[in-house]
Amino acid sequence: MEGRTTHTYGTAILSAFEYLLENYPRVFVIGQGLWSPWYVGSSMTDLDKKFGVERIIDTPVSESACTGAAVGAALAGMMPIVVHPRMDFMLYATDAVVNQAAKWSHMVGGQAHPGVTIRAIINRGGEQGAQHSQALHSWFAHVPGLRVVMPATVADARDLLVASVLCKDPVMYIDDRWLYDQTDDLPPIVESDLRLEGPKCLAEGTQLSIVAAGHATRLALDARDELARQGYSAEVIDVRVLNPFDPERIVQSVLKTGRLLVVDGGWRNSGFSAEILASVVERVSPNAMKIPARRITLPDAPAPTSRVLEKAYYPTSDTVARSALDMLSRS
Amino acid sequence: MGGNDKLVTLGGLADPLFFSAPIDTGEVQFEMLRRYLNSMLRIRLAERRLAEARRDGLVGGPVHLGVGQEAIAVGVSAALRNSDRVFGGHRSHSHVLALGSNVHGLFAEVLGKETGLSRGMGGSMHLWDQPRGFYGSVPIVAGTVPLAVGAGIAAKLQNSGDVAVAYFGDGAVEEGVVHESLNLARVSRAPVLFVVENNLFASHMHISLRQPSDSTARFALANNIPHHVVDGNDVVAVAAAAQALVSGARRGEGPGFLEAVTFRWYGHVDWREDIDVGVHRSLEELNDWRRRDPVRRLEEGMVAAGCWSADQTVELTEQINSEISVAWEQALADPYPDPEAILDRVYAAAGG
Ligand SMILES: Cc1ncc(C[n+]2csc(CCOP(=O)(O)OP(=O)(O)O)c2C)c(N)n1
Ligand SMILES: [Mg+2]
Repeated sequence: MEGRTTHTYGTAILSAFEYLLENYPRVFVIGQGLWSPWYVGSSMTDLDKKFGVERIIDTPVSESACTGAAVGAALAGMMPIVVHPRMDFMLYATDAVVNQAAKWSHMVGGQAHPGVTIRAIINRGGEQGAQHSQALHSWFAHVPGLRVVMPATVADARDLLVASVLCKDPVMYIDDRWLYDQTDDLPPIVESDLRLEGPKCLAEGTQLSIVAAGHATRLALDARDELARQGYSAEVIDVRVLNPFDPERIVQSVLKTGRLLVVDGGWRNSGFSAEILASVVERVSPNAMKIPARRITLPDAPAPTSRVLEKAYYPTSDTVARSALDMLSRS
Repeated sequence: MGGNDKLVTLGGLADPLFFSAPIDTGEVQFEMLRRYLNSMLRIRLAERRLAEARRDGLVGGPVHLGVGQEAIAVGVSAALRNSDRVFGGHRSHSHVLALGSNVHGLFAEVLGKETGLSRGMGGSMHLWDQPRGFYGSVPIVAGTVPLAVGAGIAAKLQNSGDVAVAYFGDGAVEEGVVHESLNLARVSRAPVLFVVENNLFASHMHISLRQPSDSTARFALANNIPHHVVDGNDVVAVAAAAQALVSGARRGEGPGFLEAVTFRWYGHVDWREDIDVGVHRSLEELNDWRRRDPVRRLEEGMVAAGCWSADQTVELTEQINSEISVAWEQALADPYPDPEAILDRVYAAAGG
């Protein structure tokens, strides 16, 4: 197709970086591994060579200082992107994110906004275990003042990164290594206003609404295909923007299908899956539901390492399809 | 500006062309030297086995190998007892083995088996053997450093005379929490030995790209903590320095800081030697560092002292290798944890 470029999720992220660095001199990138970015798949290859080590800053092992520094640079007029190759590692940086970046605008009467983008990568599996696996989007989505986005598609991997960096507010952009191999043909970049982005229907259906974010959306889409093979019609809603959260599109879908299955890659207790369920409960009468809503999450346990336990721990598209079929066959 | 006059640097310790001669075994008893050699060889051969197994796809998770760095854990452990409290990081196979943990327990853990040191829940990066003084290792860089300080404070409150040990790398020193820990340990006079295994790299980055000096002991100086900077590939030197600092800590003098300079022979993670993804080291540099081999230098020092022969090394190597083969086969055959372990091990058992 004319003007389209084939991308993986990984190279889509790379193309967003290139676009931003080419078009916005105020953008710079800081984080670990940037001069040898094998850690982040194909998503940052050779940025240091194209844009120079002054703007692509590889750092000491200092997540806290680097994130705080990015917040400060944003207050001083730059558009920093701080990269954490693994979400687990950035827990040293939570003060800079939660106490500083997220609070600043409000604390100073809306007069200053640290427009920093924090790229946090979910990277799990491969028998790496409890400290190399966490999907903490629910935690961060709890914090007012911090926008949180989770791209599930190749297009969003690129376009939500551009929108995040152009946004005046602090944004946590959470991508997932399990999505990097997806491919798609993308049109040229069109800048969008992150404030107008929200949940989107990725595939229409009539009998069941499956709502998910990030990698869980992939599971939902694959499960939808399986359901279709078995003669059922499911709709998949991709949350995309977890904070601020606008449930309107989800509610519309549930009003149509009367069945809701939420899939989330995080834990269950106080997780984002609960927020989705609550927002539907608040807006949809129980009479409109053909069967009580359900959710699929991780078990409430840290990630194990052993391969057999990993297999039992992570939900798959099959887990989703089975749960969906059960709901459909009972109602 | 005279600011640099006082900059602490490693000098020749960071240059592989120095310190490659056989180790001066001095007054150290033969029995002790033999134990050092035995322990260092055991660690090396066990890690070599893991490297092969990882390469061949038998190990599913990452392994951070410390081949080339064995003298540090062995030297430090010589100053320790089972009631001490040792903490490590992502590269901790040597730390636990040097305390006398069995190779089978390590292998089984790396393979995710129920019989492993952490019952198959943690793998290579999360090891535990508290009966031998190993309180735990984790891959969050510097994550256990403050825990070691706390274990030291506990030892002080318990009047046990025990010490805590924090093993960490030159990269870990870049985390703020290390500096908080040094200060806290000093002001609370906690019996803690901070051991920096300075191998000059944190994954792909040489220390010159990350810090203004290559010697991390400058932070001991800043916190008024007694410190030694040694050739980390000289087990005798490491043991002597560790002994001095641990004795002080046991006597109530507070923390000590040991910077042991070394080099890892594998890439940051897994089995490749120097072409590991992202690691920019030259083969030439690696080969230079191989001349500072801690095992060979100890062996040659023992031979020079007239208490050992090269034939004995061959014999010892064969003996350890066959023990390792038995341990490996056993670990391969062992069962995986029951899937119920996922939820059963999150909290202490009822009544616990
Ligand atoms: C908090 C945190 N940040 C980053 C990482 C990724 N990481 C793992 S090991 C390592 C390098 C550590 O270097 P050093 O402390 O010198 O130990 P070495 O690998 O040399 O033994 C890094 C950056 C991590 N595991 N945890
Ligand atoms: Mg290092």
